[in-house]
Amino acid sequence: MTATGGFAPKILVFSTHTISDPGIDLAGSSHLHYSPTVMVISLPCTSGIRPDWITYAIEQGFDGVFVATDGEECAFLPNCAELSSHIVSRAQEMLKEKGYEPRRVRMAAICSVCADPFVNHMAEFSAALADLGPSTEERAA
Amino acid sequence: MTAANGTAPGGAATTPGAGDNGKRRIGVYVCHCGGNISDYVDVDSVVKELEGDPEVIVAKTAMFTCSDATQQEIIQDIQEQGLDGIVVASCSPKLHTYTFRDVARRAGLSPFQYTQVNVREQCSWTHTDDKTGATEKAKRLVKAGVGRTRLTVPLEPIVVETVPKAVVIGGGVAGLRAALGLAGIGISAFLVEKEAQLGGWAAGFGEMYPYGKNGRAMVKDLEAKVRSNPDITVFTNAEVTGKAGSFGNYQVDVRVQPGGGKAPETITVNAGSIVVATGFAAYPVAEDELGYGLDGVITLPDFKKMLDGATGPLTYNGKPVKNIAYIYCVGSRQDPYEVEGGHEYCSRYCCTATVHASLEVAALGGHTHQYHLHRDVRTYGKYEKLYDESLNKGSVYLKVPDDEPPVVTRDQKSGRLLVTTKDVLAERAEIEIPADLVVLVTAMVPRENEELTKALKLPIGKSGFFNEIHPKLRPVETVVDGVYICGTCQQPMNSAEAVASGLAAVTQSASILKRGFAELDPLVAMVDQSLCTWCGACDEVCPYGAPQEIEVTGADGAVKKVATIDKTACKGCGGCIPVCPVNAIDLEGYTDAQIRAMIDGMLAEPGLPGCVTQEVIG
Repeated sequence: MTATGGFAPKILVFSTHTISDPGIDLAGSSHLHYSPTVMVISLPCTSGIRPDWITYAIEQGFDGVFVATDGEECAFLPNCAELSSHIVSRAQEMLKEKGYEPRRVRMAAICSVCADPFVNHMAEFSAALADLGPSTEERAA
Repeated sequence: MTAANGTAPGGAATTPGAGDNGKRRIGVYVCHCGGNISDYVDVDSVVKELEGDPEVIVAKTAMFTCSDATQQEIIQDIQEQGLDGIVVASCSPKLHTYTFRDVARRAGLSPFQYTQVNVREQCSWTHTDDKTGATEKAKRLVKAGVGRTRLTVPLEPIVVETVPKAVVIGGGVAGLRAALGLAGIGISAFLVEKEAQLGGWAAGFGEMYPYGKNGRAMVKDLEAKVRSNPDITVFTNAEVTGKAGSFGNYQVDVRVQPGGGKAPETITVNAGSIVVATGFAAYPVAEDELGYGLDGVITLPDFKKMLDGATGPLTYNGKPVKNIAYIYCVGSRQDPYEVEGGHEYCSRYCCTATVHASLEVAALGGHTHQYHLHRDVRTYGKYEKLYDESLNKGSVYLKVPDDEPPVVTRDQKSGRLLVTTKDVLAERAEIEIPADLVVLVTAMVPRENEELTKALKLPIGKSGFFNEIHPKLRPVETVVDGVYICGTCQQPMNSAEAVASGLAAVTQSASILKRGFAELDPLVAMVDQSLCTWCGACDEVCPYGAPQEIEVTGADGAVKKVATIDKTACKGCGGCIPVCPVNAIDLEGYTDAQIRAMIDGMLAEPGLPGCVTQEVIG
């Protein structure tokens, strides 16, 4: 459990094989700490995330989903940032329709050496989710 | 959900090669990594956690999973226990994915029925402060890996035949050297140059750093070798306008302008790889930028021409040049907030090129005073020696403020140019330098290559240059298989670096073309044609032209239009998946069902195996 008062939000991170996942790896290689309730699924590109994977994760018990996108550096799609941000907006709309707080989804560009920024994002997001409380309670409400 | 997902609703596995009763037989190997993992993660309890999963047949720990002995043990388990999937929980997938894919292959299992779970970089190493939390997380991650593996199908690499020929686009030093390199190892090269002459920038230069070689002489020598090589075909006044076919066997359209008022002619050549070496453009200085437009304010390329033509002390307009002021970083390291669309990058070559030019000036005699107004002197590596030499020859270096570029005016009284700046290292003391020549040290900028970019579907990076997959691990490869980039079309570099990257592109071409065939990852998109109604959304989002429209006859005999995926064109990014309005597309290896199974595994409570009994949602 953490300093956030006993509730450690479970965060699902979607990363990318060639850019953001190496950045997250670097946080580990540098022995930087974030909550062990943060778990990562690495994909080729964040433009391939289905919005309903995000809603599924929240509905099943994750408290937040963080999309660690390649931003402008994506080697596959020139408009990756735009496509990924559209996916996140769509997921937020879907969450809202289902009665969840759309702020449970966040996106930021994480580069292959962005170890510190990733750890900072996780700290900030954990704190924000701790304020929102567990997603399961939201569903119950 | 597509049949290829391998699981029917209700969770009953229908995967080919599955064990008795349609159940999977999975082996899980949790690595100590000699303590790197097991000092923080209780690996035995991770293994114990899997006891309740009827589809996990083998679960064990290993001191080093990547060791030869453990690899052999895994192969033995696969063969003796009839395993149809393996999970290795150890380090990052960047390190040993190919090691364990090979283990699977050696055991007769499809390499794509193995899942790597990262419990080192993303678990033990980052949670050294929380052993309980790390162990709990490792259990969840392993369950997610088992969940994914449960839904794997026995894929094999896509094998494509390759043609031992290559197209080299651009006849500068990088392209010339690449063509010779290819021909030297038995790969025929078609060298396509846009201009009438070969040689690019170097053909116009005299002495060049780093080796003091004469550019014109070097190009002459390379051109003679290229022209006389029977394995190299040269097209000048020619441009690549199109590309068809697929990786290893491309048909490349080359438009040749025959001259003499004749109409251009398009020739199609067959090639296995394409090496792009289209070079750079010089930064176009704006009319009023840093005094450009005043007589005596010139760019570094123009100054270089003047130097190459000089035989004695420098003169300008018939008068001796007594003072030269070099203004560095013109068009480089621009502040994006100050200059719209500015170049934020450092052009790398220009500090050393300017220092080298100042040495040439000194060698001409005439006691010219040289003032270098720089933001930093980036004469990296051994080029630092040139900088030392220039100091010894009397060059004066002044660090000017990043946020306050020098001002160049014409002094009405003396008629000379006047450069006003501040010296950062002397408490920003204001300094005025009367000059006979002001040299603007201009950036390397990307060339306009819109037609080629479109024809080859080349990825462009943030700075406008062509983008490699990874600057260190895959420095000349692009996401378009068999299309390589080298030289200054990729990023600013000097001639020696451009040639080195040209030869790297040769080596990459050889690695795919010398075997006669190449293997591609089968982790590509697939379409459930029973759901697809061909709206074209997938085609619209894909820059590689992988989704293609075809007609199929349905079970009811009706003909309908659907999408199919060209597996050799698909890059496996998955960008088409969320745009499909009927969810007809899945990505092999990352199917909808697999992602959901991973989420389930990560959320499974202690003692429960994850999604094994859960209905899989398609």
